[in-house]
Amino acid sequence: GKKNYKADGHPSGGVGVPGGGAVGGGGGGAVKTRKPDNTAFKQQRLPAWQPILTAGTVLPAFFIIGLIFIPIGIGIFVTSNNIREYEIDYTGTEPSSPCNKCLNVSWDSTPPCTCTINFTLEHSFESNVFMYYGLSNFYQNHRRYVKSRDDSQLNGDNSSLLNPSKECEPYRTNEDKPIAPCGAIANSMFNDTLELYRIDNDTRTPITLIKKGIAWWTDKNVKFRNPTGDGNNLTALFQGTTKPVNWPKPVYMLDSEPDNNGFINEDFIVWMRTAALPTFRKLYRLIERKNNLQPTLQAGKYSLDIAYNYPVHSFDGRKRMILSTISWMGGKNPFLGIAYITVGSICFFLGVVLLIIHHKYGNRNTSADIPN
Amino acid sequence: REPPPGAEAYIPQRFPDNRIVSSKVPIFSFIHLDKSAEVILCLIIDTPTSPVTSGLPLLFVITVTAIKQGYEDWLRHKADNAINHCPVHFIQHGKLVRKQSRKLRVGDIVMVKEDEKFPCDLIFLSSSRGDGTCFVTTTSLDGESSQKTYYAVQDTKAFHNEQEIDALHATIECEQPQPDLYKFVGRINVYHDRNEPIARPLGSENLLLRGATLKNTEKIFGVAIYTGMETKMALNYQSKSQKRSAVEKSMNVFLVVYLCILVSKALINTILKYVWQSEPFRDEPWYNQKTEPERKRNLFLQAFTDFLAFMVLFNYIIPVSMYVTVEMQKFLGSYFITWDEEMFDEDTGEGPLVNTSDLNEELGQIEYVFTDKTGTLTENNMEFVECCIEGHVYVPDVICNGQVLHDGTGIDMIDSSPGGSGKEREELFFRALCLCHTVQVKDDDSVDGLKKNDFSRKSCIYISSSPDEVALVEGIQRLGYTYLRLKDNHMEILNRENNIEKFELLEVLSFDSVRRRMSVIVKSSTGDIFLFCKGADSSIFPRVKEGKIDQVRARVERNAVEGLRTLCVAYKKLTAEEYSNVQKLLQSAKLALQDRDKKLAEVYEKIETDFILLGATAVEDRLQEKAADTIEALQKAGIKVWVLTGDKMETAAATCYACKLFRRNTQLLELTTKKIEEQSLHDVLFDLRKTVLRDNGSLTRDTFSGLSTDMQDYGLIIDGAALSLIMKTRQDGSSSNYRDRFLEICRNCSAVLCCRMAPLQKAQIVKLIKLSKEHPITLAIGDGANDVSMILEAHVGIGVIGKEGRQAARNSDYAIPKFKHLKKMLLVHGHFYYVRISELVQYFFYKNVCFIFPQFLYQFFCGFSQQTLYDTAYLTLYNICFTSLPILLYSLMEQHISAETLKREPSLYRDVAKNALLRWRVFIYWTFLGVFDAVVFFFGAYLLLDNTVVTSNGQVITPYNIFFFQLALDTHYWTWINHFVIWGSLLFYIVFSLLWGGIIWPFLNYQRMYYVFMQMLSSGPAWLGIILLITVSLLPDVLKKVLCRQLWPTATERIQNASRHCREHISEFTPLACLKSPRYRSSDCSNSPARRSNSHSKKVMFTQWKGVDYSVLPSVFGYSNKHCRSSAGYHYSGSGLETSI
Repeated sequence: GKKNYKADGHPSGGVGVPGGGAVGGGGGGAVKTRKPDNTAFKQQRLPAWQPILTAGTVLPAFFIIGLIFIPIGIGIFVTSNNIREYEIDYTGTEPSSPCNKCLNVSWDSTPPCTCTINFTLEHSFESNVFMYYGLSNFYQNHRRYVKSRDDSQLNGDNSSLLNPSKECEPYRTNEDKPIAPCGAIANSMFNDTLELYRIDNDTRTPITLIKKGIAWWTDKNVKFRNPTGDGNNLTALFQGTTKPVNWPKPVYMLDSEPDNNGFINEDFIVWMRTAALPTFRKLYRLIERKNNLQPTLQAGKYSLDIAYNYPVHSFDGRKRMILSTISWMGGKNPFLGIAYITVGSICFFLGVVLLIIHHKYGNRNTSADIPN
Repeated sequence: REPPPGAEAYIPQRFPDNRIVSSKVPIFSFIHLDKSAEVILCLIIDTPTSPVTSGLPLLFVITVTAIKQGYEDWLRHKADNAINHCPVHFIQHGKLVRKQSRKLRVGDIVMVKEDEKFPCDLIFLSSSRGDGTCFVTTTSLDGESSQKTYYAVQDTKAFHNEQEIDALHATIECEQPQPDLYKFVGRINVYHDRNEPIARPLGSENLLLRGATLKNTEKIFGVAIYTGMETKMALNYQSKSQKRSAVEKSMNVFLVVYLCILVSKALINTILKYVWQSEPFRDEPWYNQKTEPERKRNLFLQAFTDFLAFMVLFNYIIPVSMYVTVEMQKFLGSYFITWDEEMFDEDTGEGPLVNTSDLNEELGQIEYVFTDKTGTLTENNMEFVECCIEGHVYVPDVICNGQVLHDGTGIDMIDSSPGGSGKEREELFFRALCLCHTVQVKDDDSVDGLKKNDFSRKSCIYISSSPDEVALVEGIQRLGYTYLRLKDNHMEILNRENNIEKFELLEVLSFDSVRRRMSVIVKSSTGDIFLFCKGADSSIFPRVKEGKIDQVRARVERNAVEGLRTLCVAYKKLTAEEYSNVQKLLQSAKLALQDRDKKLAEVYEKIETDFILLGATAVEDRLQEKAADTIEALQKAGIKVWVLTGDKMETAAATCYACKLFRRNTQLLELTTKKIEEQSLHDVLFDLRKTVLRDNGSLTRDTFSGLSTDMQDYGLIIDGAALSLIMKTRQDGSSSNYRDRFLEICRNCSAVLCCRMAPLQKAQIVKLIKLSKEHPITLAIGDGANDVSMILEAHVGIGVIGKEGRQAARNSDYAIPKFKHLKKMLLVHGHFYYVRISELVQYFFYKNVCFIFPQFLYQFFCGFSQQTLYDTAYLTLYNICFTSLPILLYSLMEQHISAETLKREPSLYRDVAKNALLRWRVFIYWTFLGVFDAVVFFFGAYLLLDNTVVTSNGQVITPYNIFFFQLALDTHYWTWINHFVIWGSLLFYIVFSLLWGGIIWPFLNYQRMYYVFMQMLSSGPAWLGIILLITVSLLPDVLKKVLCRQLWPTATERIQNASRHCREHISEFTPLACLKSPRYRSSDCSNSPARRSNSHSKKVMFTQWKGVDYSVLPSVFGYSNKHCRSSAGYHYSGSGLETSI
């Protein structure tokens, strides 16, 4: 019979049962082992959520995005507009500028070239004010520049202090002495001094500029450390090193206060965090609000005294001083608000367009899907 | 091992030891080269990324590849070791010694016991069976499960113990090792004392192959002749040529495009850099001076180094890890095919096999299917239907569902019993069928010698490599003549009167596919010598000198039309002298060392003449279950199905009708030898072309050939001879003209049947189509050794694990147990894998553009100084850790439509045909999407973060998250694994960033990233910005998807919409319910049973299908009703057979 033939699929079994049917059955028993498991995973039948992007599902999403984004955008825009910001370019390229005389200043001019710029604040700055310096056309993100530093030296490693990384070339050694801090970044540290005065009936009242708290806490406390050794005398600790070429003073004389001196000087730390774009601003000082009754900076006349040390004219650079308050979302940034409003509107508009399309063509499609 | 005396030049040959080594050398691809070059560049020149950054991905790629290959290698090693270390008995100095298999050398005498495997190729010297035979199964070699008989060398079969064997002195000459399992020629010279040596021929019947198993024989002795890597089994291991999929090809093209983009990017940046630097204050401002050696460097050298540095910087645009991911996807993905329960066959206990995982996606691209008939479309499970003796038809007794009921009374004769000589012929016919075969009888093991007259009728099981023979012998048994066994060269048959007749078997002229016949020469107990021959009608009729040829021919043709396999039986009586002549001829041919086959064929030709025709037999080969359904589905999927068979035209055409390759309304075009004899080939081709093109002049047939019914369907039948005429290269070069014309005709036919094909011709046809100008993707499916050539030739070769051995399955890329599994293989797995891998490839390109284009933009803001936008850690890990796992999982799990729907709706296959998802349009779309997203990120970050405190972070962190969201958008099948991996990767990214920025890493010489990430996360605008940017970057893709779906939906999308519709409106648990409903409507007009008997074409035929399978499946769902196909404009649910029953 037919089964006879089937049986020879398993001759090795040697099942000596006469009669084809029985042999066929015996073969079936041996088969089970090779059969794949009937699990959802192996059979690709895992339970799954199967979303499909149809006009029906996307429409509400578009409207919701529109409805959420537009208020957010408006909120951000209003917040951003409430932020006071004042900016002065003190590069001095224009002949009329008070700083024009300092335009071609060099590093080691003593005494430093100073200039004063008067300005008027139309609105008062209510909350804490941040004072920034801004540089333009300054490529802090140039590859040669970015890598020209030795982070372990800045972290207080003594061997790196005396033997800085090769990356610091050509700012690694000067006259056979290792430079501390080495590298192009440190060497080109911003060294203008900015002082702010309020002019009230021709009397100049200096405004207290706080120089601490401008760097990230982690940078100041973890990433940057002075070299360790006997005692706290920085001069001794930096023994055997020399100052960067462009600096007037060595690193241990940056500030009088010991917790803001050496590598942990906050101005230095701020400078060492390189900017991503050639136009950037860095935090310079903080102006704290003294009491709740008076705004931090009242509307009125002010003057900015600049010790102009930092040459930017040679590379077409610009220097700015920025005064700004901040809000929960940081500094002034109108773009974010506008972008939110725009995107929200686009989504809303697309939602309407899709709705029209859906109504016009949707019925046709569903009727075609299921014939009859 | 020693030269035979008289051999002039003996070149000592180094024989390998018996070790099997199948490990491979790791392959290094282009991508490795590219990456290695990068690492070398990093080492020699000053590049923006450190060698570690570049080297890690390379290391990763190499490691993963090595692990994968190593794993496969380890498996092979394990298998090798098991073989190499298994103990073997062999004879040294007259004693039996046990040794490890690998220590075996050529010339050693080996003893093998029952159920042991042969350790190497052996020449069979003697066996424990007295007649010097042994039984062997070669299941592990070629899959043939039948036992084969091997014969010991005549002069040595008397040696039965170790001492005797050791005393043997002989030399063996044999051919160099070659892989053909069934061919061997050699000669043994046995030296008896000082006499002249006796030379004996050695053939494949004396050669026991490594890997085969000894059966039903206590023990044998053999001498090792091929060992280790020279054994036929090892030679057959050799890998086939690598097949590459179309996706891989387009992947490489895209890669070249990206390479060009990379080079041009680098070039643009280098040029701009030098333009920008031409002003000295930019090149070297006071704050950023160069070192002395830098200043002194040659300008051109400097420019070239810069160019290379840019190359290194942008080289992430080339997705290195894509190759790894693709490879992993294929490797892991192939498991889903092997695991598929639906493709497991309960009867045979076989599941699908994946021999190469490289072609998974190619299964979704098939345009042509070339299928074998016997064993592939049909079951190759033969059933004896009738025999015709001189025009009188005999039908065996009651057959019920393939099982013989033994209580039947005997023969049911249709015609009245013939008288006189007819009776004699009839008996001769039955004896001929009983004797002329190579069937073995598998006895009950315990009762070897004893005969059980009554019992044996039922107990014996016939075994043969050809199912036809088994069917014949069984059929004859039902007609009263039982073949009992072959003992001592005597065949015993039990005739109707329950008497045993003995015939001495003198010679067997074995079957081969060229002669298409076989013969035996037997001597009856009365001393008469007969030659019985059976074979195909075409090879018997020309050799017949008397007999009722016309009646038999008529019957044979009738049977052939019904799709039955016919064989003709003839005989001739030999006188003693004639026989001795024959014997001499055969002996000399068998002894020949060279061209033995050719000489044997010549001798056979000479012997097999002047027959007297006895009659013919008809054997039915049933269609495989659901063969018709499968073919119909394939045709609906836009795949052209060609049947290539060695069978004769009528039989093949009948099968084609049965499996719905040809339909009632198919107009058959014939391109056969007969027709060419009437007209010239040129005219025939011209006529056919005219016929075919008449209708299609205005309509483009390609797009809707399977679905449209208003157009005339054409089926082409071509036979081997006509094909060789077309293929023949003529001197004047006009052959290509014929070929083109032939191809043109073929293209316009919905189905093509090629009959009377030689194996090589099958491959030729495949090659012809493969190389035609559209370069379609071809698939060949077959089950027998004769299909191997086309399986190897086609883009994808599929073997059916069938009854004709495993040769096809071994040489194929995929093996499936039944033809019906092809449907799921192509329509579901192929479709899935194509969609998955194309998405994978596009996504990889997208994500790398997205990643690296901001880098390019950034160069404009950093003075073209090759400053990286990302920290090196992110550069390194981006491809490896952050983004590769989600897409890998996606490419393994994604199911944009359920498998059920794909199977039900074959036309969906057209949506992905012709590499639709990797066309240039799609590629450019993805690239632009990548560029758009990159621009959004870069300028978004530029504008948003410009004025805030976050600006002073040395480097901008782009919101990577976008890549996950983009992927999330494309995922249609969210299993918990997808959720886990996508959100897991996102989480990993965050955790990694926190860690990376949270610690001063002592091994790094810079700490640029310290606390940057936390600072960013703590600032409100950064969060708002990220949300905004993600929204903006997803917007265009969402919009495009929704609009396309709404306005120009593809079939796939319609189904998706509808199934969604269903789920919403009817019930979540019966999504198919509404899909089926229209089907019932259309079934109103389908009351024709799924039988081919309704065919209205000129080839009207009727066959009685005896199986239940065909009658219990009434086509309630309008399975075969072609005439109401056009009524439903768009068939929502094509074939509901699987789901409904």
